[in-house]
Amino acid sequence: MFVTAAYAQQSTTTEGAEAHDAAAAGEVHTETGVAHEGEAGSGVFPPFDSTHFASQLLWLAITFGLFYLLMSKVIIPRIGGILETRHDRIAQDLDEASRLKGEADAAIASYEQDLAAAKSKGHKIADDARESAKAKANADRTAVEADLAKKISAAEDRIADIKAKALADVGAIAEETATAVVKQLIGGTVTKAEITAAVKASAGN
Amino acid sequence: MSNDPTHQFLVNKIVPIEIGGMDFSFTNASLFMVATVGVAAGFLYLTTSQRGLIPTRMQSVSEMSYEFIASMLREGAGSGGMKFFPMVFSLFMFILTANLLGMMPYFFTVTSQIIVTFALALFVIGTVVLYGFYKHGFGFLKLFVPHGVPGVLLPLVVAIEVISFLSRPISLSVRLFANMLAGHITLKVFAGFVTSLSALGAIGIGGAILPLIMTVAITGLEFLVCFLQAYVFAVLTCMYLNDAVHPGSH
Repeated sequence: MFVTAAYAQQSTTTEGAEAHDAAAAGEVHTETGVAHEGEAGSGVFPPFDSTHFASQLLWLAITFGLFYLLMSKVIIPRIGGILETRHDRIAQDLDEASRLKGEADAAIASYEQDLAAAKSKGHKIADDARESAKAKANADRTAVEADLAKKISAAEDRIADIKAKALADVGAIAEETATAVVKQLIGGTVTKAEITAAVKASAGN
Repeated sequence: MSNDPTHQFLVNKIVPIEIGGMDFSFTNASLFMVATVGVAAGFLYLTTSQRGLIPTRMQSVSEMSYEFIASMLREGAGSGGMKFFPMVFSLFMFILTANLLGMMPYFFTVTSQIIVTFALALFVIGTVVLYGFYKHGFGFLKLFVPHGVPGVLLPLVVAIEVISFLSRPISLSVRLFANMLAGHITLKVFAGFVTSLSALGAIGIGGAILPLIMTVAITGLEFLVCFLQAYVFAVLTCMYLNDAVHPGSH
């Protein structure tokens, strides 16, 4: 292209056309020059272009080093702290829940115990009441029985008394009857002593 | 804007800085590294600023990413590996945010630069090696001598183990780099088909529907890849750290 430009400058014939050529050549030159500058003056594949390696390494070291420091000093302790706080809080809540459950279980157990005690006490009171009622009934019955027995014996005594009295009266009646009968039959009188002896003799039979 | 699919990976100087003859310019890559750090740290900082016992949605996102990495590391490297939690968490959040930011149109993808992913991989492997020797001394070398291997095979197995260990930083960095690079190029190529076909008139516009659907589908896939590659990087970091914490246990 330099050759073309030089030729264009040296040439004197057909000025206009040559000038146009030169301008075109200049444009091409500029374009390729820009492209070459962009590719850092080499035609290599950009990622393998070693001219920027030093700069890349330096800036990677700076940026990644800074990032590493930020992560290890600020971000990781912070997120770790958040997670640990949450973990502790959950563990604490679980402990609290299990403690409350234990309390509830204890309350249930003591309630059951109270209930059982109350039941047994109730049974005892009922048994006692039944026993005392039974004892009282027995005592009343024996008292009544004793009273009755006494009354019976008194009645029996009276009956025996009356019977004895009646039996004793039987002799007198028999004597009177015998006296009357003898009087009617014989017309005479029999002594009272004889009749009494006779009655006694027949009664003895 | 050029239709060249690799144009998006160009590094441009924004503030030229030169120290000792070395070019340490603040470039668009540097700008997006700063943006990545700003977005990731800002999100995590602001969403957790209330320290709510009952988290808000955004706070849950921060807590989930924390617990996600914590459980990954605990499963991968045991409780002894938990001292590396800030490192794995920073790596995961940095890569994830850088990948996702790169999905925005006109945004630069930090992780599509091999030097960046290689530096991150070397950081991981360097940590593994340093911690391994610091903690176990030369016992760390038991890593290369698996148990129960017959004596005849031992040199061969040790050689394989050493090669596999040395290839780790390469595979770790290339996996992330290549995924991001290939995804963005594919996206750019299909999107380029849409514009170039639709310039051909009515038939072209009709024909542009297919690459448009592809572009939408690949965009969805790329978001998955963004997350997946950050996850893979973090998981592999956990596995490699496990070697440093428990050498000779595999």
